[in-house]
Parts: sequence; C-alpha cells; structure tokens
Amino acid sequence: MPANETTFAAPAPQESEGTRSGVAVLLAGFFEWFGEVGAFFARLARAMVRPPYEWKELLHQCDAVGSLSLPLVALAGAATGVVLSMETRDSLTRFGAKSMLPAVIVFSILKESGPVITGLVVSGRVGAGIGAELGSMKVTEQIDAMEASAVDPFRYLVATRVLACVLMMPLLTLAADFFGVLMGWVANNLQDSISLRLFFGNGFKNVDFSDFLPPIVKTTVFGLIIGTVACFEGMRTRGGTEGVGRSTTRSVVLASLFVILADVLLVRLILVLFP
Amino acid sequence: MASTETEYPVAVENLHKAFGGQQVLNGVSLQVGRGETLAVLGRSGTGKSVLLKLLIGLQKPDSGAVKIHQEDIASLDLPKLNDLRKRIGFLFQQAALYDSLTVEQNVAFPLSRHSSDPPGKQKERVRELLKSVGMEGHGRKMPSEISGGMQKRVGLARALVLDPDILLFDEPTAGLDPITAAEIGDLIVGLQKKHKLTAIVVTHDIRGAKAFADRLVLLRDGKIVAEGSFADLQKSRDEFVTQFVGSLC
Repeated sequence: MPANETTFAAPAPQESEGTRSGVAVLLAGFFEWFGEVGAFFARLARAMVRPPYEWKELLHQCDAVGSLSLPLVALAGAATGVVLSMETRDSLTRFGAKSMLPAVIVFSILKESGPVITGLVVSGRVGAGIGAELGSMKVTEQIDAMEASAVDPFRYLVATRVLACVLMMPLLTLAADFFGVLMGWVANNLQDSISLRLFFGNGFKNVDFSDFLPPIVKTTVFGLIIGTVACFEGMRTRGGTEGVGRSTTRSVVLASLFVILADVLLVRLILVLFP
Repeated sequence: MASTETEYPVAVENLHKAFGGQQVLNGVSLQVGRGETLAVLGRSGTGKSVLLKLLIGLQKPDSGAVKIHQEDIASLDLPKLNDLRKRIGFLFQQAALYDSLTVEQNVAFPLSRHSSDPPGKQKERVRELLKSVGMEGHGRKMPSEISGGMQKRVGLARALVLDPDILLFDEPTAGLDPITAAEIGDLIVGLQKKHKLTAIVVTHDIRGAKAFADRLVLLRDGKIVAEGSFADLQKSRDEFVTQFVGSLC
C-alpha cells in the first residue's frame, strides 16, 4: 500500500465468485479483511509515533469518547450491579453463604462484568459514532480534501480517535465498576439493611492488586480494538449513504465481536500471568 | 519530455488507470504551462476527476508519470508529497467542506496546520480570502447553513489559503444555476489572473470552459481526442468533438 493512499477497499475479485465455493469465498474475504486491517494498523502505528502530534484533536476526542459515554456506561454498570445483587443473593442464600454477597458482587464487577459491559457499551456508542462520522467524511470527499491540504488524515482523524478509545476505556471502566458496586449495595440494602461501609469492607476485604489492575489494563486492548475497527470501517466506506449505514453496522458488530473474543484470550492470559 | 520548472509546472506522461476491469485513463499525456488555464472536458465517467486526484496524489496511477514542478509524485514519500500538496489548491466537486467546522474554520484549517503566522494574522488572512470570494459576514455559519454556490466559494477560499501556484478545479460550476455558475466562473478567472496561477479545470460545461480556459483537452474512452484553443476545437471535423463544442457554435 503506497503511503499516499487512504483507501482500504477490498481489491476486485480476480475470478467470478460463482466459480468458487462459498467457503472459499468466505475464507478469502476473512483473510483479505485481516490483511487490510494489518496494513491499516501499521500506518496507524506510524502516524501515532511520528510528530507532529494532534494534542488538541486528541483532547476533543477524549471528551467525545469519555465524557459523552460516561452516563451510558454508568447506567449500564449500575444495572449490572443491581441484577448481580438480586440474582446472586438468591443463589447464595440457598447455599447458606449470603454473607459472601458483597465479595461476590465486587469480584464479579471488578474482574469481568465492569470491563466487558463497558467494552460492549463503548463498542455500540463510540464504534457507531466513529464509523458513521468517518464514513460520511469519506463519501463526501472530506477526507480527500484533508489529504489534499497536506494534512495526514491518519494522524488527525484516526490516531486521535484510536488513542482516545485506548485512554478513556480504563476510566470508563472505573466508572462502571464504581456505579455497579454502589448499586449492588443499594439493591442489597433494600432487602437486608447493611451499611455502605460494611458492604465495602466485606466486598473489598480480599481484593488485591492482581484482581483490580489487570482487568482495568485489559480494557485498553478493548479500546484499541474498538477504535481501530471503527476507524478502519469508516475509512473504507464507499457507496454513499447506504455505504455509511453499512460501515456503521459493521463497526458496531465487529468491534463487539472482537471485544468478546479478546476478552476470552485476555482472561486466560491474566490467569497465567497473575495466578 | 522536457518539463522545466519555468515552462510546465504540471506534466502528465502516458497515464494509465483502471478500476477493476474498467480502464478509466488510457495513455493520457499533457502539459500545463505557468499561468495557463487548461480545461479538461469529456462526458461524465470519462476519468476527468480521476485525473485530478492522480495529479495531487490522492490516487496512484497504474503506469505513467505525474510531474508537479518536475517532481514525479509517485516517487515521493508522504512528507515530501505533502510539501508539494501545499503548493496545490483543490476545489472539490461538492466543495467537500468539513461539516463539523464553521466556514471560517474550514478556510483556516490548512493554515492552522502549516503556517507559522500568529493566530491574529491567520484570522486576518481568512477574513481577507472570504471577502475576496464574496463570503464576508458568513464566517460563523456552518456549511449546512449555506447554499451550494456559497459552499463552492468557501471551497475556493480554502483552496487558495496556502497561497498555491497550481489550482485544480473539479466541476466548479456543476449543480449551480446559470447565474451562480457564471459568478463562480468569473471568480475563478479573476483569482487566477490576480494570483497568476496555473489552473486545471475539469468540467463538462463547455460554455464555462470557453470563458475561462486558455486551452482545452477533450477526453474520450480514457484518451485525449482533441486539444487546442476553443477555436481549434470548433474547426475539428471529428464527430464527437463537433457534438461537444457544437452547442456553442
């Protein structure tokens, strides 16, 4: 891929798709997609490390990704806390382990629910936003205009958005964790009166560094996935408004899918590194 | 081909470009002299816009060379290509204004990234340019709040903001009513003469081309089928050329 082209459209098929089996076409498309994402990521990495840096645009994107996602992430975290409290309470009561409820809620939210819920919410809100925005800019030649003005769209548009996702995901996850645990206590308190101090004391009693930090760091990978997939799909948009719709849908679906898949691998990795 | 800096700021040699199986440009060669305005004519879908995008390096030719100020742009790395792009202004067919920025911010965008002038001086330059294209007082509007003709004017101001010596116009009068189209045409001629710019205007508006071009080339099936002044093209006996310029004979 030459340095001066931003199009990452799939090359035209060299032979009629009718002559190939469905599986072969699917596999070829799969590998083509990953090849193009690889090339895209290589250019993105170069744009990220080489000056000049777009600090102002990065701050703007951090605001767009972070503060505008905060209410939704907080709500999703809170709902998870309430549901966890209600569901787990019943199960633990059956086994006579109701006193473990604060710890179960805290561990569930910190280690898994908080990061994954945040990842999925951000995939939906931010992934769709980036895919639609860049897609729309692509089909209206705004990205070409930027490039014609000697401004690298990878540096200005892509690197800033991906970095904002990477930086904001841990902070959003902390917010989801906080509201999840808080609402877990509220839901629990409605059934059995327990002070916030006692709930937090019981919940966090056995939490150590390795329970808290790796899942938070894990979300930077989710941010990288969401930002890269959404920017990639947005930048390869073609075909007018219908194309923008397709890019938006693909951004959300693929980002969510890869967040879930990455979670499986990262959980395994964390268990190996922090036994 | 001798494309000296003084004679030909833009030179294209045997350019080929295909998309999928469709050959869009098939051996196009042309040169544009300093201060000259060249109109590239042809039916829709004959590769006129692609030619402009090849000239500024937004697309890469399959074969052939594009030389801007004697530099073969295919051989340049991104920083060097961007240095060259700063000397070229591009007016897009639909103006391609950044829809999240105001008119003023659109014009200021290239300046804010490439100029070392203080912000006050940059603002002054933007105001001056908006005035020169008749958009004074509209700086705080969003692109969606202004008409297509006004968007073209803003696009023109943005194309001129880095003080380029080459201007590329992609269908500058397309989609405009005849009066606005004539105004934009006059504006292009005025600015081109004032700044002594080398200009390439892609259009299928033969009336406009006659008004602002020193020389015309006619594209058909990815090849240049006629080249010369409007009077030269009128003398052509080629049926396609006659059909194209005939409406104004």
